[in-house]
Amino acid sequence: MSPLAAVPPRESRAGRSGHEWDVAKVRADFPILERQVRGQPLVYLDSAATAQKPRQVIEAISRYYQSGNANVHRGVHALSQEATTEYERVRVLAAGFFNAASPSEIIYTAGTTAALNLVAQSYGGSVLQPGDEILISEMEHHSNIVPWHLVAERTGAVIRSIPVMESGGLDLGELERRLGNRTRIVAVTHASNVIGAINPINAIAAMAHEAGAVVVVDGAQSAPHLRVDLQAIDCDFFACSGHKLYGPTGIGLLYGKRALLEAMPPWQGGGGMIREVQIDRSSYAPPPERFEAGTPPIAEVVGLGAALDYVMAWDWEALVAYEQELVAEATSRLAEVPGVRVLGEGADRVSVLSFVIEGVHPHDAGTVLDTLGIAVRAGHHCAQPLMRRFGVTATLRASFGAYNTRDDVETLVAGLAQVRKVFGT
Amino acid sequence: MSELDELYQSVILDHNKTPRNFRKLVDANAHAEGRNPLCGDQFDVWVRLEGDLIQEVTFQGQGCAISKASASMMTQAIKGKTVAQAGDLFDRFHEVVTGAGGGSLPSKLEVFRGVSAFPIRVKCATLSWHALRSALENRGK
Repeated sequence: MSPLAAVPPRESRAGRSGHEWDVAKVRADFPILERQVRGQPLVYLDSAATAQKPRQVIEAISRYYQSGNANVHRGVHALSQEATTEYERVRVLAAGFFNAASPSEIIYTAGTTAALNLVAQSYGGSVLQPGDEILISEMEHHSNIVPWHLVAERTGAVIRSIPVMESGGLDLGELERRLGNRTRIVAVTHASNVIGAINPINAIAAMAHEAGAVVVVDGAQSAPHLRVDLQAIDCDFFACSGHKLYGPTGIGLLYGKRALLEAMPPWQGGGGMIREVQIDRSSYAPPPERFEAGTPPIAEVVGLGAALDYVMAWDWEALVAYEQELVAEATSRLAEVPGVRVLGEGADRVSVLSFVIEGVHPHDAGTVLDTLGIAVRAGHHCAQPLMRRFGVTATLRASFGAYNTRDDVETLVAGLAQVRKVFGT
Repeated sequence: MSELDELYQSVILDHNKTPRNFRKLVDANAHAEGRNPLCGDQFDVWVRLEGDLIQEVTFQGQGCAISKASASMMTQAIKGKTVAQAGDLFDRFHEVVTGAGGGSLPSKLEVFRGVSAFPIRVKCATLSWHALRSALENRGK
């Protein structure tokens, strides 16, 4: 299955889906898009860092604090029961959105980073033996690298890499060669946070499973752009963040296959994750509660629920086609700007792309764009191994969400002309 | 002058394109590396001291126009100064780029006053100065 199997070929999209993405209607839901930045209308091209929030999410959080605030679980009073009902409704909603086999496979975490650390410490910490191997791709965000370093130090496991090709895709032939009888874990991103490249998780999972390894997927960048079907891609763990999916910060999800979760020890101890506590020992609740120690981020779960309600009402076929057109247009328009190089240009990608401008440091370009009201990200994007792979120290990254328009692409291209003028390139 | 023009004055652009004292100093007796882990910018600063006098100072590395021009102009500003004078100059420079004080600077360094309108860029302007400070503090160690 192609990673973009859910996406119809470009030329047939409009005709096939029969309905266009109504970007004006979506934009009207995002109050922040009305604001000005440095005297210019905001052109927000940093959704890969965090997406903006629709009114529906903002109001749900506010409503919860105004009239629904209570702690979840074990409360006998009405407010606590309401909060618990909503907290568990969102779990069911998330399981449905990502097509997990059961809501009990969905664990609330603080975000993608916390989810990946949970897998590394709990799963990795309990199965890894000295000399076991963890394969991680060169295009990972530091949050899918450093947790593996920490657990490797603890267990004596060894880190090996999966190379990235010039086109921006993972070298799957090399992955197959490096999978061996010591490989226990393959950690890959579903979509690169730097170049947007989409990795074929189900093909990777088939190879890894054949070798007896589990696949841990960083879904932070795929969840907002692809209709992720966890059972179809067949990964063992999947992590994502609410705030990149038009929800609040401080809430993320870890999906894990039930049999794996049931065998895993707790990550953190505290209230809510136990079966019984004696003074000198305790036994633990089944998943997902086993991994949710302490008062969870309840308002954030409520906000995530509102975000899921919101995006689940979308026509995802139209959205994916629209974002694909935006990023294709942005890629070709940027490539026309003299001195601009798009990284990993050949990859199938979500609407995230990175580029460099000859003779201009990305931070300087980012500052010039900022004065024009254009929000892009400049830096290494917490992906230093990938920077090294492409021989750069930093890039400019433009990322497009459901509310971005063709005009935004044009404003960016015009902004780059201004950048070149300032720096005389 | 717009905020942008104020930030990227021609002097800064010139030092970015043609940084001064941009080389390793082979007979240095003080050295430090400045690194901004958030953006990956990195500079080495070398100093040759005679007693308390900064006889020579050079730098190398990579970074944005603000950080590179700042390093370049720093080397010009502190050559021939004492360690105490250089420290005092950094304090004043820091106050100006953070917008904390309206203190005076040597006229050439005045071009960095525009940085205060872009707080996120303060670290760029001060990266090489921090490296200088740690080089001077660790000299001979």
